[in-house]
Formats: sequence, C-alpha cells, structure tokens
Amino acid sequence: MNQILEKKIISEGVKDITISSQHIARKRKAGQFIILRIDEYGERIPMTIVDSDPKAGTIRLIFQEVGKSTYSLGDLEVGDEILDLVGPLGKPTHIENFGTVVCVGGGIGVAPVYPIAAAMKEAGNEVISIIGSRDKDLLIMEQEMSEVSDRLLITTDDGSYGLHGFVTNALQNLIDEGVKIDLCVAIGPVVMMGAVSNLTKEFGIETVVSLNSIMVDGTGMCGCCRVTVGNKTQFVCVDGPEFDGHQVDFKELMMRQSAYLPQEKEAMDRYHKCKLERLAAQPGGK
Amino acid sequence: MTEDKKDKKDIKATKPKGKRLKPKKPKIPRQPMPEQEPKERIHNFNEVPYGFSIETAMIEAARCIQCKKPVCIDGCPVEINIPAFLLAIKEGDFEKSIKIMKNDNALPAICGRVCPQEDQCEKLCVIGIKGKPVAIGRLERFIADWERKNMEISIPEIAPSTGKKVAVVGAGPAGLTVAGELARLGHDVTIFEALHKPGGVLIYGIPEFRLPKAIVMAEVDYVKKLGVKIVYNAVIGKYLTLDELFNEEGFHAIFIGVGAGLPYFMNIPGENLNGVYSANEYLTRANLMKAYDFPNYDTPIMRSKKVAVIGGGNVAMDSARTALRLGAESVTVVYRRSRKEMPARDEELDHAEEEGVIFKLLTNPTQINGDDDNWVKSMTVLNMKLGEPDSSGRRRPVPIEGSEWDLEVDTVIVAIGNGANPLLTEATPELNLNKWGNIIADDETCLTSMMGVYAGGDIVIGAATVILAMGAGKRAYRAMHKYLMTL
Ligand SMILES: Cc1cc2nc3c(=O)[nH]c(=O)nc-3n(C[C@H](O)[C@H](O)[C@H](O)COP(=O)(O)OP(=O)(O)OC[C@H]3O[C@@H](n4cnc5c(N)ncnc54)[C@H](O)[C@@H]3O)c2cc1C
Ligand SMILES: Cc1cc2nc3c(=O)[nH]c(=O)nc-3n(C[C@H](O)[C@H](O)[C@H](O)COP(=O)(O)OP(=O)(O)OC[C@H]3O[C@@H](n4cnc5c(N)ncnc54)[C@H](O)[C@@H]3O)c2cc1C
Ligand code: SF4
Ligand code: FES
Repeated sequence: MNQILEKKIISEGVKDITISSQHIARKRKAGQFIILRIDEYGERIPMTIVDSDPKAGTIRLIFQEVGKSTYSLGDLEVGDEILDLVGPLGKPTHIENFGTVVCVGGGIGVAPVYPIAAAMKEAGNEVISIIGSRDKDLLIMEQEMSEVSDRLLITTDDGSYGLHGFVTNALQNLIDEGVKIDLCVAIGPVVMMGAVSNLTKEFGIETVVSLNSIMVDGTGMCGCCRVTVGNKTQFVCVDGPEFDGHQVDFKELMMRQSAYLPQEKEAMDRYHKCKLERLAAQPGGK
Repeated sequence: MTEDKKDKKDIKATKPKGKRLKPKKPKIPRQPMPEQEPKERIHNFNEVPYGFSIETAMIEAARCIQCKKPVCIDGCPVEINIPAFLLAIKEGDFEKSIKIMKNDNALPAICGRVCPQEDQCEKLCVIGIKGKPVAIGRLERFIADWERKNMEISIPEIAPSTGKKVAVVGAGPAGLTVAGELARLGHDVTIFEALHKPGGVLIYGIPEFRLPKAIVMAEVDYVKKLGVKIVYNAVIGKYLTLDELFNEEGFHAIFIGVGAGLPYFMNIPGENLNGVYSANEYLTRANLMKAYDFPNYDTPIMRSKKVAVIGGGNVAMDSARTALRLGAESVTVVYRRSRKEMPARDEELDHAEEEGVIFKLLTNPTQINGDDDNWVKSMTVLNMKLGEPDSSGRRRPVPIEGSEWDLEVDTVIVAIGNGANPLLTEATPELNLNKWGNIIADDETCLTSMMGVYAGGDIVIGAATVILAMGAGKRAYRAMHKYLMTL
C-alpha cells in the first residue's frame, strides 16, 4: 500500500513523487490534500494532491524539504512504502467558469496551484498564471503550468529569469494592462499570499488563498489548524484549506506556523546526525 | 454537549426498588487500591493504580451481601450480573466470574478502569448507605486482568456466514462493540476508521497512566479475531460516502459511531495565541502521536512551565495530569463552579490533587493575553459566586464584578467539552440531526432517518461515557441483526 512508484528531483530540495493509492486517486478533486505518516515514529504532515491518475490509481505529491519530516520523505526511494496516507481531505476548490482567473504560485506554492489552474482551464476560464521563485534554478513546473494556462508570467526575485521582481509585480502589471480579472487564486509563502491579497483588495478582485497551517488529524478533531478569517475562527483542514484572502489574518497564521521552531530545529539536527552516521556505516562510506 | 450537561447523563438515577436487606455497618472495610506514589508517578506515564491482589479481591468481593434485589444492577448501563460475578470471586472461581462478566460486558478491563462507578453501580450499592460501597469497579478490573494474565483468550463460536456485509464507521467503543457482536452472528464486518489507530477516545484521548494502550489493543485484537476487518485512514464522508458504501461497496447496513470529536473553544480573546491547545489536540499529540517521547517520535508538544486547564471534567483532569508528566512546574485547573459540580470522576479529582494540580474553583477566564510574538503570557480570570439553580438543578455561577485577576501561564488547555464533528453528517444530508448536530437515532434500535443506517455513542447522545457508547452498540447490533436477516 502507498508505494512510491516514481521519484524525481525537480529543483534543489524539491521532490516530485508518484504514490499508488487507488482510492484517493479516484476521489480527489482540485484543492484537496492528504495527510501522511512515514513510519511508526512519524508525525502527520499535510501535502496537496498535485495530480492524480484514476486509471493507474496513483497520486502525485511535490514537496520541498524544509524539516525532519519532509527530508525523511525525500529519502524514500522508488519501491518504498509510506505507512499511512489519509485523504482526500479539505473542501475541493470551487470550480466554475468565472471568466478570467489569475493563478499565482510562489515557490513551492506552484505545486498546489497547478491542479487548480488545470481545473479552472477545463471549466472554460481564461487562465493567466504567474509563477515566481527566488532564482531561475528554484522555479518549478514551468512547462506544466504553461500547458494549463493561456498566459504564463514568470518572476524571479534576483532577475535571473523572467520578470525581475515578485509575483505581485507581475500581477500589478496585469492590472495596469487593464486585464479584467474575475478571480485570483494565490498559493505560496504566507507573506506572498498576504501581499497578493492586499493588492487585489485595493482593486476589488476576489481572491482565494490556500492556507498551510500546522495540522495533526486533518479531520476537525483537534483545532490545531485554526486560523482567523473575518474575525471568526475556522479550521483549515475542514473549513478550508481555501479562504477569502481579504479576510484572513495572515500575521496570526505566520506566528502559529512558528509554534514549534525549537523542536523543529532539534529534530533536524538529530536527523542530520543520524544521516551522517548511516552514511558512515555504509560499505564504502566514510 | 458541554461537560456541564454531561454529568447529568452519567447518573442513571434509578430508585432502588423492591425490599432490601436492612443495611448494617459493614464489618470489613473497603479495601484500598495499591497505587504508584504521587511523587514518583508524575515523572512517568505508567498506570497509577496497580490493581487488587487475589487476596484483596477475595476480601473485597466478600463484602457483597448478595442482595435478593441487587440494586447495583439498576445502576449499570449494561446490567452486569454484579452479585454473581462478585460471588464467584469470593469463592475463588475466577473463570466462572469472568464468564458471567463477559455475558454482559465485552470490555471489562476498560470499563473497570474508566467507568464512573461512583455514579452508577456503586452509587446504589446498599453497603454504601452505612459505609463505603463494594468496590465493584476495582473488582471488575481485577477479574479482567486475571483473565488476561491467566487464560488463553478463547474465541467464541462464530455463526456460519450470513453473506451480509456491514460497515461500521469509527473504531471507538460503540463501533467495536457493534462490530464484534455482528461478526459473531456470522456477518461480514468492516470497520472504517479515520485515524491510523483503533480505539477512538480510548487511544487518542484517555492517557496511558489511566488506561494502558496494551489493554485497548488486546480488545481490538479480540474483535479482529472474530473476523472483523479494520480499514485505517478512511475518513467516511471524504474517502467514501454512505451512499458509496451501500451502492459501490455492497454493504447491506451501516453503523455510525464517530463520537463527539469537535473541540469547543471559549470564544474569548486570545484563544488563537501560540500555547493555547484544545484538550483534544494536547492529548492527541501526547497519546496517539507519543509526543512525550519527542524527539524519538517526530510529533512535538510544547515544553510548558505554567499551565492552565479550563474545565472540570475527566478531559480536564487528563490534560492537567498529562501536562505534569510532560514536565510542567505548575498546573492550575480553572473551573467556574465549585468542586461539588465538577463532572470528573472522584478518583480523577483525587489523583490530580495528590499529584499537585492546583484548583482555582469559581473562576472563569475572560481573556488570554499574549506577548509580542503571539505567545501566551497570562490568562485573565474573573471570580464567580454561586447564584440561583439553573435548569440542571445546579446553582448557576455568576461573575463578581471587578474581580478580574491575571494568572501567569505559558500554556492554556481548553477542556470545556466536545460536540458533534460535522464532517460525516455534512456529507450525508439525509441524516436527521438535532440542534447540536447530533444524529437522531431511535432509543431502542439506534436506527437513524436513513434506511439501514444505525448510529450510537457520543455522536448520538453527546460526549458521555464509554459504557453508554457500548450500551448503544448492544442495542444497535440486535436491531441490525434483525434487519439484516430480513434482507
Ligand atoms: C493543506 C496543506 C497542504 C500542503 N501542501 C504542501 C505541498 O504540496 N508541498 C509542500 O512542500 N508542502 C506542503 N505543505 C506544507 C508541509 O506540510 C510542511 O512543509 C511540512 O509539514 C513540514 O514538515 P517538516 O517536518 O519537514 O518541517 P518542520 O520541521 O515541521 O518545519 C520546518 C520549517 O517549515 C515551516 N513549516 C512547518 N510547517 C509548515 C507548514 N504547514 N507550512 C509551511 N511551512 C511550514 C516551519 O515554520 C519551519 O520553519 C502543505 C501544508 C498544508 C497545511
Ligand atoms: C480525554 C477524555 C477522557 C475521558 N474519560 C472518560 C472516563 O474516564 N470514563 C468514561 O466512561 N468516559 C470517558 N470519556 C468519554 C468516552 O471516552 C466517550 O464517551 C466514548 O469514547 C465514546 O465512544 P464512541 O464510540 O461513541 O466514540 P469515540 O471513542 O469518540 O470513537 C469514535 C471513532 O470514530 C472515528 N471517526 C470519527 N469520524 C470518522 C469518520 N468520518 N470516518 C471514520 N471514522 C471516524 C474517530 O477517529 C474515533 O476513532 C472521556 C473522553 C475524553 C475525550
Ligand atoms: S454489590 Fe452492593 S448492591 Fe450489589 S448485590 Fe452486592 S451488596 Fe447488594
Ligand atoms: S488538523 Fe486537527 S482540526 Fe484541523
């Protein structure tokens, strides 16, 4: 069960894996996620379902290695199994023909925005996508995003590729061009989603963001994932993960994401130490 | 349902009927339970009471005067034949005793540990009129533990296959009871459980020091040996809907036992600060995810120094005692009524007190205060006094104007109750719900508004008890069996 069938490294520290999961592959819709637990000692971590092949019974995850759990996931090889995989979780994206939809993906956020762009395109929308990263090497999924977008704009923070600047600069350009935007979907670092929402609010453009709060169960049982949206507490895992970007308290979300920084660092240090020991113990290793 | 409403439910207030023997002052005193020392036990997660020895158990069982009209049974939601199982212990025939027990209660090792006996059987026991009641719960635990240690777990005869498929949603006590009983009757039963482990609250909520997980797993193994299949990581409503269970997966009947898994918050300012947990989250991290053994296990939990727990039920006591064991320097339980109204079991309150948990009674939080980085630094509370009785008959706590003060804490655990989780019911509009979101089911048959769909346990009656969930499972399986045999 939950066997890794394919594994690709698509940029530094970003991995793209295909996992067999008949059932989730059949059921999932754009915007939904899974929670996985690598092994008996693992924590439960959420990941967006980037794509699925219902016939083959597979789902695809793309993740950035940022801490102990994502590094360990990245260490798994083709043929390895993931102990627990639960989903599809969260409410699917509301898909309809809105007219013109701008899909904004920043950093690893391009991965979760991809299925939404694809579904929006399929529903007959004109899809304009803006994807951005720190530099050219870190940009992911350019080809695939271009396939599901009528227009694709690229930005890099250092100007090594595409527009020199942030995704918000490209969005501002679109607005300046006079493009009538009916809906904006933005996924990426919290700061980026906040900036996009600020901008679109000014111009009255409806904006959906997908929030990545820390989670445990993912079924509404613990409340760990709570965020404030329009002065109301919401659970990201069941009420979301998508919310009205103009209503989200991004500052609170960012603070809540940092709740376990000391422990995350401790886990990471230990991970590195163990990995070095493992490598040294391997034949030929030093 | 909130903790406050809950305790009414625990009390099965039945008037003693029939003639009873004239109570005499009991000659043998109630036998004390040997326990881990408080000083020692707050540093480990091992079970607190050690259990009766054979000798103590036999002495305690002999305190039962074998009433002709045993009123204790009226207090037991599953009507265990209490005097009969006690008599067998007194006579040293433990095999017979466990057999009598298991006729009515399949999970005595669990019930003997977590049932609120002082509100049930022991509350009515006649020996309790002049002295302390017979320790029925401790003897229940004794006999179950004796069986686990001394007997091969025997699998009862299983009826020939009926060819009927039953889906059970949720592997808590209600679901496990239904599954086991229907499997014995020859039905093909599959449990779908949202989490990666079975047991429901018994695994993710109630801590190891009160209910060792090995005991829960042994009960689950038994249910599996009866032929029940368990599919984990299957959130019904998302993974499969009830319609799909019927139409695509070919199930003939469904039992819903999804519990009351939605944590309530106070809705006071500051509740989303870092360091504020629902009891569900705190206990799930500690128990299910084993955060107490971080970093051997990956799930972190805050290393709290000063903890406030809001609430007065078992959930609050479990949270407080877990916080102590995770190394907190001080743990304060904040409850808005007085000790008398606390819904937690007496034993839990006593244990918490012995372990050094501080109780601030007649105190109600009004806001949680944070520092610049969004971390909890204190909680503002208001002193209360008891006013007129409310609808539950208890005196309503009323705030004393201007009595606010700050309790300095770095962690707040909100344990004010759990409600119905809407995940499954939202995906199933055909199910009729009451105004709290609980599924409406027939008292006797547990049948819901959907044909072939039965429900029981916390999802129907609101957060209650393990034994009531099992009792519902018993009623449901009988009705379901009847229904299945008409198909
Ligand atoms: C609904 C949802 C969908 C997600 N989809 C994806 C995805 O498709 N691809 C992907 O790479 N990641 C995704 N994430 C984020 C992913 O779950 C986290 O990166 C992961 O849990 C980090 O675990 P770790 O142990 O590797 O890192 P940790 O040690 O836990 O954290 C390392 C660093 O990452 C930050 N971090 C921790 N948790 C999160 C989080 N939930 N979101 C953002 N930063 C976090 C921490 O602040 C810390 O600085 C998603 C999160 C949610 C809630
Ligand atoms: C901390 C705590 C301490 C307690 N202490 C005591 C005590 O001392 N004595 C006592 O008698 N009672 C106690 N209780 C109450 C008691 O545990 C519950 O009343 C009892 O467990 C209810 O049983 P249940 O089967 O209805 O539900 P639960 O035990 O809640 O089990 C429900 C199961 O269903 C699963 N589920 C939920 N939704 C879905 C879905 N959509 N699909 C699939 N599966 C799903 C859940 O993951 C869970 O495993 C306590 C409760 C808590 C939280
Ligand atoms: S346990 Fe108490 S009430 Fe029950 S039969 Fe014995 S003495 Fe009577
Ligand atoms: S992750 Fe537990 S409620 Fe959302």
